[in-house]
Order: sequence, then structure tokens, then C-alpha cells
Amino acid sequence: MKNLLRQLRDVFVSLKLTVLLLLFSMVLIFAGTLDQVNLGIWAVQEKYFRSFVVYVPLGRIAVPAFPGGYTIGGLLLLNLIAAHVYRFTFNWKKTGILLTHLGLIILLVGELLSGLWQEDYHLRLSEGETRNYAESFRHHELVLIDATASDYDEVVAIPEESLGRRSPVQHPRLPFRVVPKSYYPNSTLHMRSATPGAPGEQATAGLGDHVAASPQPVTHRPDEKNVPSAIVELSGVDGSLGTYLVSAHLAAPQVFTHAGRTWKIALRVQRAYYPFSLTLLKFSHDRYPGTEIPKNFSSRLRIVTPDGRDDREVLIYMNNPLRYGGATFYQAGFENNDLTTVLQVVRNPSWLVPYIACGLMTLGLAVQFGLHLFAFVGKRRRPVPGAAVAPARNPGAAPSPSLIA
Amino acid sequence: MKKYFPMIVVLAAALAVGATLRTPRNPAAFDLVAFGGLPVLVNGRVKPLDTVARTSLLTMQGRQRVAATDGRKLAPMEWMLDMLYRPHQADHYQVFEVTHPEILSMLNLAAEDGAGKKRFSVRQFAGKLAELDRQAKLADSTESPLRSTFQRAVVQLRNNVALYQRLQNSLAASDSEDFLEQLAKFEKALPAGLAATAAPGGGGAHASEDAKLMLEMSRVFMTMDAYSYFHPIPPGAGEEPTAWKTAGGAWSESFAAGKIPPAAAAFATLGRAWRSGQPEIFNATAQAQRQRLNELHPAVMAKVRAEARFNSAQPFYTSTILYVVAFLLGFVSWLKAPETLRRTAFGLVVLAFVLATAGIAGRMWIEARPPVTNLYSSALFVGWGAVLLCIVLEFFYKNAIGSVAAGLIGFATLLIAHHLALGGDTMEMMRAVLDSNFWLATHVVTVTIGYSATFLAGLLALIYVLRGVLTRSLDTAAASALGRMIYGIVCFATFFSFVGTILGGIWADQSWGRFWGWDPKENGALLIVIWNAILLHVRWAGLVKTRGLACLAIFGNVVTAWSWFGVNMLGVGLHSYGFMDSAFWWLIAFVASQLAVVALAAVPAEKWRSAVRFAAPR
Repeated sequence: MKNLLRQLRDVFVSLKLTVLLLLFSMVLIFAGTLDQVNLGIWAVQEKYFRSFVVYVPLGRIAVPAFPGGYTIGGLLLLNLIAAHVYRFTFNWKKTGILLTHLGLIILLVGELLSGLWQEDYHLRLSEGETRNYAESFRHHELVLIDATASDYDEVVAIPEESLGRRSPVQHPRLPFRVVPKSYYPNSTLHMRSATPGAPGEQATAGLGDHVAASPQPVTHRPDEKNVPSAIVELSGVDGSLGTYLVSAHLAAPQVFTHAGRTWKIALRVQRAYYPFSLTLLKFSHDRYPGTEIPKNFSSRLRIVTPDGRDDREVLIYMNNPLRYGGATFYQAGFENNDLTTVLQVVRNPSWLVPYIACGLMTLGLAVQFGLHLFAFVGKRRRPVPGAAVAPARNPGAAPSPSLIA
Repeated sequence: MKKYFPMIVVLAAALAVGATLRTPRNPAAFDLVAFGGLPVLVNGRVKPLDTVARTSLLTMQGRQRVAATDGRKLAPMEWMLDMLYRPHQADHYQVFEVTHPEILSMLNLAAEDGAGKKRFSVRQFAGKLAELDRQAKLADSTESPLRSTFQRAVVQLRNNVALYQRLQNSLAASDSEDFLEQLAKFEKALPAGLAATAAPGGGGAHASEDAKLMLEMSRVFMTMDAYSYFHPIPPGAGEEPTAWKTAGGAWSESFAAGKIPPAAAAFATLGRAWRSGQPEIFNATAQAQRQRLNELHPAVMAKVRAEARFNSAQPFYTSTILYVVAFLLGFVSWLKAPETLRRTAFGLVVLAFVLATAGIAGRMWIEARPPVTNLYSSALFVGWGAVLLCIVLEFFYKNAIGSVAAGLIGFATLLIAHHLALGGDTMEMMRAVLDSNFWLATHVVTVTIGYSATFLAGLLALIYVLRGVLTRSLDTAAASALGRMIYGIVCFATFFSFVGTILGGIWADQSWGRFWGWDPKENGALLIVIWNAILLHVRWAGLVKTRGLACLAIFGNVVTAWSWFGVNMLGVGLHSYGFMDSAFWWLIAFVASQLAVVALAAVPAEKWRSAVRFAAPR
């Protein structure tokens, strides 16, 4: 038993394991690059880099084919820490390697954290428009809005995943249960009259009388979007309030009344609200003279907080984001004949980690290779023992000790 | 004699280099240098007409030389003047490269009818232009990475013909038989014509003739304005410095202004003088125009003059030759007259390096940019960085390995650059996100030095294997020196590719909001870093000796080539701005050649012609 543990330890501290893991990581990265042609960047990240095992479809079943990014990265981390703990001796000559590896540990952990914590949203603003929320790139939510009060709404948002699980949702703010009947991650809408007798769940209330959804294959292409639809039943204490067809295809929410209150129901892109609002004053798209080659995109915005502490103009342009309220706003694109700006909003609490890690690693490598270089140049400068030319050039000088020896 | 041989050779080479840097001379009585030095605005950049002529020819036919119908060799500027002002003659010059057999048959062309069996004149397929346009439109609807070779070739030829036609519309009207004569009539009739069109009832029969001419010319000018490739009319005093106009646009304005635009009129005068063979008028007009521009836009003209000079000097072409000679001399020095030839080769490498440095510095000054802005300049800089490292190695080791490596890598990278230049102007404007001198100077430069070093390590390893297996010249000293060189360069490569990659991450965080996004180009850079890290770790672990290290370093060439060019061929990701079609097979061939050398290295030690002990490098 003790022997086995020792063997295991020897494996985990060995450089051979390091080399093997590095090779595996290269294969993984290469495959993950090639597959972007088919899958697009988001799906590749999930499949290859943010997974424990990469599955490859073989006919109809998915076969585990290769360790994923979490496995390789985790083992590398373990190997690195184990090797340093096991062999740790402090020595000035080793500071370079220590710093480099410490930086690498922080970098790997940071990449894990940003994979877990980072949220990406985008914010579309037309000139003159004001918003205090951004929208998700890929995620949707089912919202039930109590719109009875004239000056505020109460919103209950149910994430897409709950619809996918089809588990009923009972929320203290809702006087009814939400029962998902079917859910299509990608879908189209069509008139029911066009396909009479179509199979599947049918809605009974709202638009669902005459509109039906049908599922579509999920797309991963960067230029296409998945548009989900769902059929949900709302059931109160006295029985069903109706079955609704909700879809991200529908621009406006559907309205109904229940127990004297006005409700709205919709499936929409997931939102992230901010404690401040942004108004687009002007979007500019500069081109090089006489061409259509873009030179710069910039958005002049007004930022206002409700408490009145901030009310100022900011300019976001390429390579110059706005960091505000824990989020970072980048110029990502434009639409609508240069009248609408698209900002990307990223919230990543661990954004500083890679900077620290890379600083440490750069310093470590510089120390390590700097020492090598000095040693090399020093060795070259020193006269080579046994070389006959040295004394011949300088006959008057006393022979050096090494020659006497 | 032996002692002075290196000095004499290098001095002679330096004189030859100096000769290329002299002020360019005119081949005949016409002052083509003055005309070629006139500035025009194309694709957002002000450049000399000389550059426009050269890059257009390179794009259309892959070389700058043109043969006239009578076999005379034409300079790029002569071709351009003929094309602009003697279109009926110039349309017979064979300047379109067509090699795809299906396109040849589509255009009813036989390879034998073309100059060099591949260059044709626009006249030779004039009847098939509509079909070419139709086929190209069909191909346009296919996404460019998915196009077949036929579709790619069709689109390319259509673009080249369009470029030719747009060039012709830039100073004269391509479709009007005698544009210059009509223009002369127009200049004379302008005041009267304006009065006639303004008068409510017209001013009689003569006036209505003038009005007709006015109408006809305004249509011609509008066509010229719409199709113009370059903007040759400089902004006047007090106008926006970027407000260059097309010739058609300037002429159109003459209706409102009631007078002839002087800069456009100067081009008309130049055209007439060229057509009628009057060099005195041509030269006086060109020089006067230059003089005016020197006074009006001195800063622009300084750069334009430098660029025209740069074009005629062709510093990279000269360095290519020097690198080849240095490589040959260095190689021979391993077999014969080692010290003399070694020193000569080293001197030539340094000379070529100085010239390439001057060329890169010149480009940087003209563009006001850091050295690497696109694939073309990355090829120049990869070579530059690697040769610099070779010079350092040769300075320390004095065994000709540095010179041979420098000659080879300098030549190879300049050859790659030459082929990349066939895509058009190599000093293009930077698209929005790249328009950042800070990041271009830090991330791009560091990552490119990382490429240089990784390639150099691979090249040294190639020398080790090929010299060891195929020649008897690899003695123990040279073998162990090579081992140490490879290791040192790998250290250097690790550092620069790592720092370059993370600087890229920081740039991405600044402009796209994430430090790392698994984008193909980012992954490519990361692969280089990991591969170099593997090399260092296997060596530290003692898993390989010099031969193993050499094999791994050779595979580093494959990894780097993938990152440099391969990922651009995928056609996906945020970095796919440098997309290239034709280089795919070259990449495959390169990878195959590297793997072949690795296989060769696996030949048992006793079969190597040099009896090398595969000692562990110290």
C-alpha cells in the first residue's frame, strides 16, 4: 500500500507527466481550433475547453474520446503544485522558475474562475435611447410581469433551463404555478391554419389559438441565432388559467387578467439590470477617406445614476472601453445605418487575475533566461584554458595560473 | 590575397547596393520620375502613382515588367501612361495572368496565345467579358472559404479586369474615343455652354451645340467619378487634408465654378503630350505640378518622394540576392577555405541585414506605424528578427552556422513576402480594431519575434540533421555548438512567444472584453508557447539529447507555420483578416518536408555520414 502511494506520488511529481499533459493540451487545442469551422466558437469552448471529457459522436451515441480542458488543466495544476511541494528548496537561482510556475498556477485558476464567473451581455442603443439593462447573447428567460400598477412592474423571471427541465415552478410572487409543457431551444412559428392537425402540445389561450411553434435543429454558427419557443400552462388554485405559446420570435408580451390584476407573459432575451442608465448621444463610424474601410467606431454616451451622484458624458471607442459599476462596456458593433450602437458588457470579477499571473510569469522567465544568458556570455568572454594564442599575443605578461597548472 | 578577399567582396557588394539607392533615372526623354512621383489617394492612403502602377501590375500578372506589342520592355509608369492615354494600344498589352484551364476555355483562349503561356491582353477576351462578369457574380454568392478553385480564379480575374477599368477611368474616360480632344472642346466651350444652359430659351443653334456637349461631358465626368480607382486631385489650400477628389469629380465641379480645375487640366495636358510624343511639354507640366504640390502639401510630398525612391531601390530584392550568396559561401566554407569564406559570408549577411533594416525603417516612416501591420510585413520582420539572432550567434561561435542560417531564413522569408505582396498594396490602412500603434508595437512585434526565434531554432536543427546525416562536416565541436545554439534560441523563443501571447490577451481584454477567447489565432500562439515549454521540460528532464531536441525543434517549424498561416486558412475567428487561398498547398508541402527531415534524423547514429556522438548538450 505504501509502495503504491509512493508510486502514485512519483507519477504526480514527475516531469514526464508534465510533458504528457502539455502534449495532450496541444492536441486538445488543435482539435478545438479545427472544430470551430463546424461548431463555432461558443460550442467549441463548451465541448473542448470547459469540459472534463470530450465526447465524439459515433453514429448515434457520444463516445468519450479525449480528456477535456478541465481534466488536463486540473491535472497540470496538481502536477505543478505536487512537484513544487515535493522538491521545494529555496535557491536564488530558482527564483525564475518559481515565479513562472506560481504565475502559471494563478493563470490556470484565473481561467477556471473566469469560465465560471464571467457574464457576457450586449447593450443595443439607438441615438437618443436610454436603457438600464443589457441583454444576454444566448440565454433567454420566461417573464411574468404584474403590470397592474401604473408606475412600476413586478417581474418574475424564470431561466430557460427550468423550461428545458419541464419542472413546474411555484414562486411566492405568483398566484399561480407555471407548468412548462414543451420547450424548443430553436424554433419557427407558423399559422395553425397552414398545418391543421399538427402533433404536439397546443396552446389554448392568447396568440396560441392561431399560431403554433415547431422545433428546429440547434445552430452553432456565429452568424445565426437560436430562437426558442415554449408552451406553458398557468394553473391557479381553481384550475388552469390557460396554456400559452411563448416565443422569442414574438416582440410584444401577451396580456391576461387574473384575480383583478393585469399580467403579461413573454419569453425574451435574458436581461441584466444595472443601477445606472446609459443614453446614446451619438454613434460615429469613421472611414478612411475615399473608401469603406472602417477607421474607428465610437459611442458618446451619457451615464446617469438615480441617486444623482453621476451624470456625465463618456466616450467608448475601439480599444478604449468604459469600466463602470463592476462591468466593462466595449464597442462591439453597430446596426441600423450607423444609428444604433452595440456595446458588449462583460462582468468578470476575476479580470485582474490574468494580469497578475502574466506579470509574474514574464518576470520569472526574464530572470531564468537572463541568468542563462549572463552565464553563457560570461563563459564566452573567459579565455579558454589551453588555447595557445592567449600567451603568444601577450608575451610580456605573467602566465596565468591556469596555464601553469 | 586571402586576407583581403572578404573585405574586397563585401566592399564591392556595398558599392553595388549603393548604386541601387541612387536617384532613379528616366529610360527616355519623358520625365517619368516626376510623373510617377505625383501623389494620389487610393484606399485611404496618399501614395505616388509609381506605387499604384507597380502594385496594380503585381496584382494582375505577378510581376512589374510589361512587354509592349512590339516586344519593347515597358517600365510600370510607361505602361500606366499608355493604359490611361493610349487605351487602344495598351489594351493589346498582355497583362492579365490566366492559368486555370477551365477559365481559359471559358474565355476561348489557348495557353499558347498568351505571353509566357499565361498572360493575356484584355483585347484577347473582350468578347467574353459579360460571361466573366456573370460567372464571377455566381461565385460571389458562395462564401469565400467554400469557393472552388474555378470560382476563386474567376473572382480574381474579374477583380483584376475591374481594377484595370477603374484605373483607366481615374484620369481619362475609358469609353470615350477621344476624351482629350473632347475635353479641349469642352474647355473652350465651357463659358458659352454654361450661358446657353442657363438661358431660358437657349442661345441659338451654336449655343445648343455647346449645351449638348456640356450634357455629354457631364455624363462622361459622372461615369469617371463613379468608376475612378484613385483620387488624383489634391485638396486646395484651406480644404480638409483628406479631401482628395477624383478627376471626374473635379471636372464635374467646373459646371458650378464656371472655370477649368487646374490640377485636372494639368493631367489632361500631360496626356496630350504623352499621346503626341512631346516630352518638353510633358516634363514641364509634370515638374510644375510637383512644384505646386511641394508648396501646398510639403509633408505629404516628403513621404511620397521617399516612397517612390523606395520603390525604385527595391531594398528587399537586393537583400534577397545577398542572402542567397551568403548562404552559398557559408555552406562552401564548411568544405573549403573555411576562414576566408566564413568571414565573407558573415560580411554579406550583415550588409543584407543593414539593407533590410533600412527597408523596414523606411516603410515604418512612410506608414507612421510599427514594423508589423499585416502578413506581408510580418514575413519581413520574422526574417529580420531571425537574421539578427543569427548575427549574434555567428559573432559568438564563428563557425558559419549563423551565416548559413541567416542566408536561408532571410531568403525564405523575403520570398514569402514577395508572394504575399502579389495581393496588392502592402501598406494598407489598418481596420478599426487594429488602429492602435501601442498594441501593434508591443503585442504584434513580440509575437513576431517569437515566430522568428522558433523558426530559427527549427532551422538550426535542420542544419544539424542534414549536415550530420548527409555530409562529413559535422564534427563534435560543431555538433555540440549547434546543440547549445538550439537550446539558447528555444529559451529566447519561449520568452518572446509567451510575452507576445499574453500581451495579445491583454489587448483582447481591452478591446473585446475577455482575456482569452480560444480564437484560432490565440490558440495558434498558445501552441507555440506550449511546444517551446515542452522542449525545455524534456531537456531538463533528460528525456532527450541533442538529436531528440533537434527533432522537436524541427516540429516547432510546423507548429509555427500553422500559427502564422494555417489558422488564417480556416477562415473563422476574429483574426481572419489575413485570409489567403493559394498558400494551402505550400503549407502542406512545408509540413511534409519537415516531417521528412525528422524521419531522416531517426537513421541510426552509425549510418550518419558525420560520426556524431549524440551527446547531451551542456
